[in-house]
Amino acid sequence: MSPASHDDPPGGVLFEVRGLARAYRLPRTSLLLPPRVLTAVRNVSFELRRGETLGLVGESGSGKTTLLRLMLGLEQPDAGRVVYHGGSLRRDVQVVFQDPASALDPRMRVADIVLEPLRVMRLRGDHAARLSELLRAVGLPEAAARRYPHEFSGGQRQRIAIARALASRPRVLLADEPVSALDVSVRAQILNLLEDLRVGYDLTLVLVSHDLSVVRHLCDRVLVMRAGEVVEAGDTRAIFRSPQHSYTRTLLESIPTLKKRRAASA
Amino acid sequence: MSAALDVRDLHVGVGAVPAVQGVSFALARGRRMGLIGESGSGKTVTALAIMGLLPDGLHATGAAIYDGDDLLTLPEDRLCKLRGDRLAMIFQEPMTALNPVMRMGPQVAEPLRIHRGLSRGDADQEALRLLERVQIPDAAEKMRAYPHQLSGGQRQRAMIAMAIACSPDLLIADEPTTALDVTVQAQVLQLLDHLVEEEGATLLLITHDLPVVAQICDQVMVMYGGRIVEVGETEAVFSQPRHPYTRGLLDAIPPIDRDLPDRHLKAIAGSVPGLGEFPSGCPFRTRCPRADEACLEMPAMAGNGHPVACWHPVG
Repeated sequence: MSPASHDDPPGGVLFEVRGLARAYRLPRTSLLLPPRVLTAVRNVSFELRRGETLGLVGESGSGKTTLLRLMLGLEQPDAGRVVYHGGSLRRDVQVVFQDPASALDPRMRVADIVLEPLRVMRLRGDHAARLSELLRAVGLPEAAARRYPHEFSGGQRQRIAIARALASRPRVLLADEPVSALDVSVRAQILNLLEDLRVGYDLTLVLVSHDLSVVRHLCDRVLVMRAGEVVEAGDTRAIFRSPQHSYTRTLLESIPTLKKRRAASA
Repeated sequence: MSAALDVRDLHVGVGAVPAVQGVSFALARGRRMGLIGESGSGKTVTALAIMGLLPDGLHATGAAIYDGDDLLTLPEDRLCKLRGDRLAMIFQEPMTALNPVMRMGPQVAEPLRIHRGLSRGDADQEALRLLERVQIPDAAEKMRAYPHQLSGGQRQRAMIAMAIACSPDLLIADEPTTALDVTVQAQVLQLLDHLVEEEGATLLLITHDLPVVAQICDQVMVMYGGRIVEVGETEAVFSQPRHPYTRGLLDAIPPIDRDLPDRHLKAIAGSVPGLGEFPSGCPFRTRCPRADEACLEMPAMAGNGHPVACWHPVG
């Protein structure tokens, strides 16, 4: 299989997000009141440049996942637009979810899971060779192909999910809390793998995480979200060094570190 | 200072498969002890054994001495008198640990009704005071709410309120902040810290999150493969870890204040084996960079002040 012909977008901008908004109608709680509306994302604008690693941070309910779903086209915006400048969004933009146990079909063998995107997108080529290549890339043995997801540990399942995401040779990988469900030692293995793949496959990576140390570790640039809005955006190191927005400061001060002893003890 | 809890040679088995092997430790009164390790290392089973809450099929041997009594052999009716009164536990998952069909007020008041014999009115009043103390916003309104109507942080606070209702001597908190956002986590940890301080209680904090332990624990125990492999003052263990597993856990945490070359973390090889799949001898030897034939035999805990169970300790 030859690598996809990637036409280079102007200015290296792969994704252009302008004035994006998405609201959901909550379930009706009373017959006498109109259903409440939850604004998950409001007026979000940013650009994703080729080759960069962008972190989306914020607490639960801040709109990180909705933003990812809008970028993937899994949700339609109420206002604003998402433009992908690279070519085929479906083929070029892939996603890895938080919980590998629920992201993999328990009745499919690993080989079928990993190759499913190629089948669905009707991509031709030597699928058997591609499968071995993918398994090797994510550090799984060849024999894994014939087994089922439940036979693997959490970290290995996340490797399977990553192999599937890479099958169509994407240019952009969106990772939604990819290590939150994993044990500490396995977390480091998967973070190292993501970095190796990013470099090896020339990927542009969007990493959603509530763990600021993970974002600090992997991301060039970061968007801080709160209640659906981007409150601060910029170079990761600059933001961690001197956060401008009070919410960013609160977030950073809340990170427990190995050194800090309790600050507010009586 | 006498120990608030003295655990001696605790073994817990699932049938013939050992889940906890020869765990011994003493919790000094009024101190905060952290118990760390990854999932599957036996932390929660240890806590459940102490509380007499092991599920059917798991059996514990050894002793857990509290106030002169062995909790492992205490009859159920006496344990029931202690639990929720002198001994309290905060569970990992507030959504599953709380009763979904009981309003928060009566739920938080339940230990007071049972252990203190308070009337419904008095217990409700006390429950409201507790919910306010754990800083649940609009506590009066939340008394009438069901657990699903609270946010994750509020549910966790309500669990803490229940646990401290009768001012326990010993509080076991099992991953009390794992499901929470960082800002809420910081608040809950501070709250736990203050409560332990004010009540003079003893805290056993179970978590896989090392920085959380660094925030509030005086001492820390590291568990792997159902055994305690290192114990010491928190600062000593985190600044000069002696067991290769502790070293590995610390290295696996992305630093918040500096860049790593190639953005690569030092990861521990492999993953935690399943129950009953740990190797003989030192349970960590199959993942350990320092292992050799000596490790075929389990080392004993050795060293004063900061003991470690390792033939080839770091540093």
